[in-house]
Amino acid sequence: MKPSLPLRLALLASALGALSTVSVSAQTPPATTGEGPRTAEVVAEVSTERTVIAVPALATPAVTNVAGLRTDSLGRQIAEVIAADLERSGLYAPLGPGSVRAITMAEVRAPLFADWQAKNADNVVHGFVQANSTGGLVVGCYLYDTALGTELVRQGFEIQPGDWRRAAHKCADAIYSRLSGESPFFDSRVAYIAESGPKGNRIKRLAIMDSDGGNHRFITNGQALAISPRFSPDYKRIVYVSYLNNRVRVFIYDVTTGSQKLVTESPNATFAPRWSPDGRQILYSMAVGGNTDIYRISTEGGTPVRLTSTPGIDVGGSFSPDGKKIVFESDRSGSQQIYTMNIDGSNQQRISFGGGRFATPEWSPRGDLIAFTKMGGGEFRIGVMTPSGGGARLLTNSWQDEAPTWSPNGRVIQFFRTSPGKDGKSQLWQVDLTGVNLRRLPTPQDGSDPSWGPILP
Amino acid sequence: MTIRKTTAMIAAITMLTVGACAKKAPDTLPPAPEGTGTDTGSNTGGVVPGSQQDFIANVSSDRIFFDLDQYNVDAQDQATLQSQAQWLARYPAVRVTLEGHADERGTRDYNIALGERRANAAKNYLASIGVDPNRIQVISYGKERPAALGSNEEAWAQNRRAVTVVIGN
Repeated sequence: MKPSLPLRLALLASALGALSTVSVSAQTPPATTGEGPRTAEVVAEVSTERTVIAVPALATPAVTNVAGLRTDSLGRQIAEVIAADLERSGLYAPLGPGSVRAITMAEVRAPLFADWQAKNADNVVHGFVQANSTGGLVVGCYLYDTALGTELVRQGFEIQPGDWRRAAHKCADAIYSRLSGESPFFDSRVAYIAESGPKGNRIKRLAIMDSDGGNHRFITNGQALAISPRFSPDYKRIVYVSYLNNRVRVFIYDVTTGSQKLVTESPNATFAPRWSPDGRQILYSMAVGGNTDIYRISTEGGTPVRLTSTPGIDVGGSFSPDGKKIVFESDRSGSQQIYTMNIDGSNQQRISFGGGRFATPEWSPRGDLIAFTKMGGGEFRIGVMTPSGGGARLLTNSWQDEAPTWSPNGRVIQFFRTSPGKDGKSQLWQVDLTGVNLRRLPTPQDGSDPSWGPILP
Repeated sequence: MTIRKTTAMIAAITMLTVGACAKKAPDTLPPAPEGTGTDTGSNTGGVVPGSQQDFIANVSSDRIFFDLDQYNVDAQDQATLQSQAQWLARYPAVRVTLEGHADERGTRDYNIALGERRANAAKNYLASIGVDPNRIQVISYGKERPAALGSNEEAWAQNRRAVTVVIGN
């Protein structure tokens, strides 16, 4: 079974103790760092010409059984995860282990470039899976340019066998970063609400998984309604709303111990929680006598600070990545709109205009954009705009797309999509900032309220 | 696409009709009230006096309805709540929960806030006509617990509601 502790992933330690990209072969020349990203134009133009990357099964020097896993089978599975990650980014057309031949151990460091050029592959991923002396695995990850015959990425990971998916995500991240020039995002996790049962009496459970849906785990048993989870920046805790004992309250769930505590003791409903970027404070909304305002409190407890005081509904909110500002929604103008304020509640300014209602603002981890749900014409759509309200554009078009959450690198947005009617489904989707790369995220049941956490260390 | 647009048009027409009548209660009202005003318990074999079943049988409705994004208690709602207050006066030890609900056309957190407004509006009215507010607890379900499951104007009208539920002594 999966441990509840955050997975540990150690970069393959060299004798010199380097902490970043570690050389897995002293003989091989280092990567040509002067080579710029080859796909920059593709990213900018949203071209349909995606870079073709061959991802054959990783080789193994000796087929070994480690903790019930065979190194040769893992070599294929890791390649499949790498190919799926690259495909999901929308930028690449991977040729996975199902469509290209396997490689020998000797090829890992000496690719037969002509073979891969014949497959029309611009790049090829090679690697190996090897048992180490302590019951773990070493996974090597290489990326080559087939036309230039150069090495672009070389990384090694020493992992526990159960963490093999993380090695695959780290390898895919290294490839994605090298080729796109963007920060990585595959090796990250998502908290969300798993939904089942009839529309009038949904069972809603807190659940967590990897960014690609792997390592799925249910947290709550569904006896109490659970909604709106958010992973803490260190992934150790999840803040969410539970209807436990028929009350609406914000809890912090400790992923390690499985225990939970109230964020604040109050007779009033508390909901819509968010972490500060440093994980030390929680933003939440509280309804007092029917009037909802936004508050901020230390995760250690203490006296909450009230940030809004209008007679309208002030709700939700999300910190800027520098922790200095908060974006939130309010209907003080007569309809739901998006506002920003300083973290002490001062300088409240409306930033959404132009018709329709705007809700669920989420500040990008890059700081450059705010994602939102726009309601109009009977539909909900996901969009983005700058923190001053400029450049608003919509990324999706369906009946109800709600509650955006950002990838760690601020390039992709997950949200949930609901279909109408009594049998309407609720499912997790993601779209990139071009709006072109839209796809569903597989979950065992229906899903809603995704919360994408930061890149894992 | 064509289907969705058609649906939207039908919804719009329905809304106009509803608006023209200035009547916000849905056509199909839930639990038909029977025997309103009759003596409690004596003629409803098996019904425990002061119970939820007794409440349902003896008030004009256990719920009031709201217009889109609204939470005001109008004359029809007041009549419903007055019948509830009369029943509650007969059972002064009974406590109730007022559940606030919203239709599915709002975002989740906002709808919880809206449900709070609606439940509190009902609670405040009951208090204004003599029900001890300490007997009333409030909870908002937002859009989490729709009573009607369709995605049309009729279903939405039934879901924008505040429901009084007896929770015992």
